[in-house]
Amino acid sequence: MSLNSNIPSGPMAMKWSKHKQDSKLINPKNKRKFTILVVGSGLAGSSAAATLSELGYKVKCFCFQDSPRRAHSIAAQGGINAAKNYQNDGDSVHRLFYDTVKGGDFRARESNVHRLAEVSVSIIDQCVAQGVPFAREYGGMMANRSFGGAQVSRTFYARGQTGQQLLLGAYSALNKEIAAGGVQMFPRTEMLDVVTVDGHAKGIVTRDLVTGKIESHAGDAVLLCTGGYGNVFYLSTNAMGCNVTATWRAHRKGALFANPCYTQIHPTCIPVSGEYQSKLTLMSESLRNDGRIWVPKNAADVGKPAAQIPEADRDYFLERKYPSFGNLAPRDISSRAAKEACDAGLGVGPGGRGVYLDFAEAIGQFGQKTIAERYGNLFAMYEKITGENGYKQPMRIYPAVHYTMGGLWVDYNLMSNLPGLHVLGEANFSDHGANRLGASALMQGLADGYFVIPTTIANYLVHQKPGSVTTEHPEFKKAVEVCTAQTKQFLNNKGKRSVDSFHRELGLLVWDKCGMARDKAGLTEALKRIPEMREEFKTNVVVPGSGNACNPELEKAGRVADFMEFGELLCLDALNREESCGGHFRTEHQYPDGEAKRDDENFSYAAAWEYTGDFSKPTLNKEPLIFEEVHLAVRSYK
Amino acid sequence: MSQLNLHLKVWRQNAGQPGHFQDIEAPEIPDHASFLEMMDIINERLIAKGQEPVAFDHDCREGICGMCSMQINGVPHGPEKATTTCQLHMRKFRTGDTIWVEPFRAKAFPVIKDLVVNRGAFDRIQQAGGFVTVRTGAPQDANALPIGKEVADAAMDAAACIGCGACVAACKNASAMLFVSAKAGQLNLLPQGQPEKDRRTLGMVRQMDKEGFGNCTNQYECEAACPKEISVRWITKLNRDYAVAAVKDAFGNTRKEAGGGD
Ligand SMILES: Cc1cc2nc3c(=O)[nH]c(=O)nc-3n(C[C@H](O)[C@H](O)[C@H](O)COP(=O)(O)OP(=O)(O)OC[C@H]3O[C@@H](n4cnc5c(N)ncnc54)[C@H](O)[C@@H]3O)c2cc1C
Ligand code: SF4
Ligand code: FES
Repeated sequence: MSLNSNIPSGPMAMKWSKHKQDSKLINPKNKRKFTILVVGSGLAGSSAAATLSELGYKVKCFCFQDSPRRAHSIAAQGGINAAKNYQNDGDSVHRLFYDTVKGGDFRARESNVHRLAEVSVSIIDQCVAQGVPFAREYGGMMANRSFGGAQVSRTFYARGQTGQQLLLGAYSALNKEIAAGGVQMFPRTEMLDVVTVDGHAKGIVTRDLVTGKIESHAGDAVLLCTGGYGNVFYLSTNAMGCNVTATWRAHRKGALFANPCYTQIHPTCIPVSGEYQSKLTLMSESLRNDGRIWVPKNAADVGKPAAQIPEADRDYFLERKYPSFGNLAPRDISSRAAKEACDAGLGVGPGGRGVYLDFAEAIGQFGQKTIAERYGNLFAMYEKITGENGYKQPMRIYPAVHYTMGGLWVDYNLMSNLPGLHVLGEANFSDHGANRLGASALMQGLADGYFVIPTTIANYLVHQKPGSVTTEHPEFKKAVEVCTAQTKQFLNNKGKRSVDSFHRELGLLVWDKCGMARDKAGLTEALKRIPEMREEFKTNVVVPGSGNACNPELEKAGRVADFMEFGELLCLDALNREESCGGHFRTEHQYPDGEAKRDDENFSYAAAWEYTGDFSKPTLNKEPLIFEEVHLAVRSYK
Repeated sequence: MSQLNLHLKVWRQNAGQPGHFQDIEAPEIPDHASFLEMMDIINERLIAKGQEPVAFDHDCREGICGMCSMQINGVPHGPEKATTTCQLHMRKFRTGDTIWVEPFRAKAFPVIKDLVVNRGAFDRIQQAGGFVTVRTGAPQDANALPIGKEVADAAMDAAACIGCGACVAACKNASAMLFVSAKAGQLNLLPQGQPEKDRRTLGMVRQMDKEGFGNCTNQYECEAACPKEISVRWITKLNRDYAVAAVKDAFGNTRKEAGGGD
């Protein structure tokens, strides 16, 4: 398949302006005739649905939670980047663009990243106008901080709840449009399939999670804004309902899935405490500004209380390995270093999977009061979960899956290779390459929804006759039947094992073989195990309850079935990519000092996988990555 | 880590039918587990016995999405202060305890199944005015609108509400005033929210009444149950804003304003 990324010509800094000029316009009277289906109500979905409705399109918006406000974007803590240069510290659109391309380990599409940096500036203005209560200075100006090791202060924040406040802003815009009649909202509704007609995405199949009713909706275009697939690992910082279902079912209908192996692991999460663990909790990595990370030097000390281990017997491994960045080294690097320490038998806490994050020195220097002012909510959260007091003894942290850079392949218009199917936010693959920088996901979700899609969707719609397809079309009936049959099959299965037990087993396997470090032998083993697991799932899963009512087990069953299929592609992609870059670390490909070794000659491409009917044999399509602006370099943080 | 042996009394109900408490024994619960993880464990055991697990709402499990919603021993989100159900941990209980687990109870929150209730009324209240009417792309530069730190911080205090509905469940009148006052209060305080202040206040309060929430009689149970410690002072502010808006409305001002929007 030939992939056309539709990147506008011309100099990098002019591409987006030029594209806006060249993009088609739809007559306001005609806009009303188009129906757009928006799946997802997180930052990407809410902002897109609200803005498209403002423009005059008819919008139907879907989410599986009971209210659009609960989408997982709500959980983001740290902040959102924008190249405002309010601090006069040398930031610019170009610098944000450059940092993002480099941070992504040179595996993102330059033109998309540049556009993201450009529109970042308008996002902040938009959110302020909606009443988002960003942190302010005494003089009334916007406050900023430096985040995730950035050398400029370009991060905007709202206490530790930036995601919630930005989402409430987008949700308020959505509510305004619902009230005005432009958006019809479908909460507690799960999308189960995309309906294609003559190769174009023209509708979706949904299940009403209250009544169990499976039905279809037709539209002139479909937008998937359904978030990331981190829950394939079972334990992650994602919310329990996050899933791959929407994007995976679209993949099975022909949409290419790009770079699934790029997954981000966040270094400062609370470690697993037992087998019953259902999710992992992230603590803002701002903690690394003052906390020092260490493990005992001697394995004999790991069981001792931290206070009994003398300074000389502690290994501050990040400070030792990365003297200039120290405890602020990027996420992937810090995470891997913690894993190595634990693999060497130096980990602390239950199961030996933890490293210390120690505030003793900072408390000594600034006093407990100052530290409490800076991070009080995080210390409280830590105590709630672990029962331990982080002021008195070092916290224990361990990396956890946090974000997924891979997703459905899209062109510059955010349209997948399936005409009409657009993909926004974490669900697409385009802007973060192999590693996402802190505070950039919120930026991307809102950029896509508020500013990109409202312009680019017209380039597709202008060629469509509005309302040309209805749910009477046989493809809709067929798709509903397939989904109904799957539901019945789950419920009629006479199996013995719960859905969760399978999910946990799959998660452990992919975390072990395709987590922070990967190698050929492990991936090959996972690729053998996953199809076996899938077979067992088919015959041995038990789903109690009815299909005609609220049934959370049934919802989970559908999601886990998709993870079982997707997990194989994740490992295949990781096996194919014979290099290390960003969140993808192949132990075979490293420098003698343990740093990731990219192979630009052979792997400077986005891997866009095509479904062939056999999960084990997808076709690989390559979009070559061409760097016009940024020079490829080794990403060094020493 | 130690383990707890607990007796649960869990509300079971199908939509539109009467409900009842089911006795569920919960031996060997790790004290490090969260309350929802305890529910996961008993659900796994119910499934193994061929029974239907208990349905409950949850998503983020870190106290921010507002989806979890149980009434534990009669208290929304359980006994611990400023804590959502998903953040409550079993070490707060003793072995041998009997724990009552119910859905949030309010006429405006009908039960969907077991512990799952419909809180759609909250969305509809927000749709009745909980926004600033501004189009994407129109705004001025963020710093062109200075907002003093004190005002920004106060607005943030109100904005911390996660829309969980515990305030309603805690109130003997099932009043939604704490929620509505936090939502309206955030925008009514900020300069961006001034032009639509009266309209917003009237719209949200009237929708609240329409949804069947009760009247506020200043019991303040809501504040005690609120996981985000939203202060009842917001209710005072909303009452004030409402009084002003209602007077103007009586003289026809707001309606004229409202009609002029097209
Ligand atoms: C704990 C945590 C902290 C974070 N902190 C930050 C931060 O500080 N800064 C930053 O930039 N990024 C942060 N991130 C990342 C960022 O929050 C997310 O990447 C981003 O919010 C994703 O937004 P989204 O709109 O793409 O998807 P989401 O917000 O995940 O929304 C997905 C939507 O799709 C719906 N949906 C999904 N599947 C279906 C289906 N099958 N049918 C119907 N609806 C469906 C859901 O209901 C939901 O409405 C954080 C992430 C986590 C997990
Ligand atoms: S005011 Fe408090 S209790 Fe009420 S909905 Fe908001 S967060 Fe929940
Ligand atoms: S599950 Fe999100 S607040 Fe409890």
